[in-house]
Amino acid sequence: MSGKPWKENEFNDLCADKYGALDLMKKPFITAAIFLFSLVVGIPSSMGQAGDYEPPRLSTGTPDLNGIWQALNAANYDVEPHIARPAMQLREGPHSMLPDVPVLALGAVGAVPGGMGVITNGGRIPYTAEARELKEENHSQWVDRDPEIKCYMPGVPRATYLPFPFQIFQNDSSVFIAYEFAGAVREIYMRDVGPAETDSWMGQSVGRWENDTLVVEVTGQNDQTWFDRAGSHHTHQLVVTERYTMIGPNHIQYEATMEDPNVFVEPWTISMPLYRRIEDGARLMDFKCVEFVEELLFGGFRRDPLPR
Amino acid sequence: MRHQIAIFLLAFGSSIPLSSQNIPRTASGHPDLSGTYDTATLTPLERPEIFGNRLTLSEEEAATIAQGETSALAAIFGIPEERNIESAPPSAAPPVGGDGSIGAAGAVGGYNTFWMDRGNSAFQIDGQWRTSIITEPANGRRPEMTPESRERLAQQAVFRRPNSGTAWWLVENGLDAPGPYDDPEIRPLAERCLLGFGSTSGPPMLPVLYNNLKRIVQTDNHVMILVEMVHDARIVRMNQEHASADIRSWLGDSVGTWEEDTLVVDTTNFNDSPALSGASHNLHVVERFTRLSNEFLLYEFTVEDPTVWKSSWSGEYIWPMTRNRVYEYACHEANYSFQGILGGARVLEEDVRLGR
Repeated sequence: MSGKPWKENEFNDLCADKYGALDLMKKPFITAAIFLFSLVVGIPSSMGQAGDYEPPRLSTGTPDLNGIWQALNAANYDVEPHIARPAMQLREGPHSMLPDVPVLALGAVGAVPGGMGVITNGGRIPYTAEARELKEENHSQWVDRDPEIKCYMPGVPRATYLPFPFQIFQNDSSVFIAYEFAGAVREIYMRDVGPAETDSWMGQSVGRWENDTLVVEVTGQNDQTWFDRAGSHHTHQLVVTERYTMIGPNHIQYEATMEDPNVFVEPWTISMPLYRRIEDGARLMDFKCVEFVEELLFGGFRRDPLPR
Repeated sequence: MRHQIAIFLLAFGSSIPLSSQNIPRTASGHPDLSGTYDTATLTPLERPEIFGNRLTLSEEEAATIAQGETSALAAIFGIPEERNIESAPPSAAPPVGGDGSIGAAGAVGGYNTFWMDRGNSAFQIDGQWRTSIITEPANGRRPEMTPESRERLAQQAVFRRPNSGTAWWLVENGLDAPGPYDDPEIRPLAERCLLGFGSTSGPPMLPVLYNNLKRIVQTDNHVMILVEMVHDARIVRMNQEHASADIRSWLGDSVGTWEEDTLVVDTTNFNDSPALSGASHNLHVVERFTRLSNEFLLYEFTVEDPTVWKSSWSGEYIWPMTRNRVYEYACHEANYSFQGILGGARVLEEDVRLGR
């Protein structure tokens, strides 16, 4: 985990950090304190990592995460708390912010739904001042900069809460995730494979089981992916620690803690339920999307360019 | 086709007798196909004509292989040796129009042999070196195409020319003549980063010039086959019906069943451009995956597309396991060349119009 020195308010952080973004296993004294504290004040068990739910298991005894899953929230628009706004890219109007020209035609379809945010504590991304400035600039130039628009592989954790399902394939020795968006994939190596040899879009994922939680450390991501459509960015030093915990037959509690000393002043954690796609015939559909962005990316190089 | 016993030789290694009884199995008792396979092989898809209807190499030819080097094997199958150019930078720009060499490393030095990986071995089945992957028809070559398909391919072939450094389509056919680089949609799928070339994703999944890894993760209800090139995950749904005819996709809709110890995958519902060259949306592929041992998997396939080929055709080859891991194949994300290909054609066209 973070390896950073704890701050004075660490205990408060830890209490608020309901889903274990901080590694409780390595801090037995604190763990015991929390346990006693929770007995006294009665923290609901659903806030804990394991809870009371007894998940289906593979023959090896690990929880069975197989299935098609999808997030259902506004995180891909903006991971921070936000009220609805007119568009994903805005400009100053005479009286209020208005949709910027490139997205004007989309009307209500292009508006941003509000969301309470997915960052634990209801907080914002702890960007440095410079990084916050870049995020705002990214947001103001969203159509030109968001890698989602260009159908680039989304990176982690954004792949999880894009408005597309993903499928977990898990057997006794392997965990593999296929995402509908851009046909992105990643193997979660359940063994030490050493440091990532070079950066990639989806990074290198190494997983382990902590009790009934699949903990995945993602390193080696490049600096090209974002967290949302609000310009939230990171650098190649991003380390993401994900936690997948089944909290019911059709629900996974998903958490991801982000560390990146270049842009964040401290680690931050998102938490959200993932929902199993339970309808008959649920499956990942084709969404390579490369063919959908050719006009955007290469249309200007046609022999007879179409009107733009 | 069933193979109770199959024998495979690493190209110049020793013989390893294998039994299908000695294979890993899942908790549910089925063979466990999970693993990473390197499907590169020097044995060609289509049989070189010199072999006629002969399915296997003669003892004499096999002996040549056993004593020789990879180049001897390549020579038997008529594979031209790739030119190896040094990759040490800095090197001068290639001459205008290319240096005249051909192949993947040709003309402007696009690749050198470092990047190519056809493998350095051939495969044996039942102890015999094969002359081709295709087994049916008996000549080991794809069957005759329907007249309509031949016509369609002939039209496409008009545009398949090495880059000569001029907009030849304007020079030869007039300033309004269509050209091979007019629009993104008429470029090859691999160039557009939509599918790997040479049916590496399939189905049928065939060996190609490089990036031949396949990663299988098998669960009780699905078999996921990751194709290294363009990170295509083929998701085989076990014991399910095909999707309705409205639902079509690049890799088709794959459903699987177990026939004893063989995974049989049936794929239909392709879009108009399957990975298999020449095939249409009517393509129907049946694949059979049989794990022969800890190290080897037998891959068989049958292709039907009555609108393209006059008869079905079948093939088989061996997939050896590898300890290598599949690295991310990000193609679209860095497809700067595609802009260069289309934009370069615009420059050449302008040269012709201005008489340069």
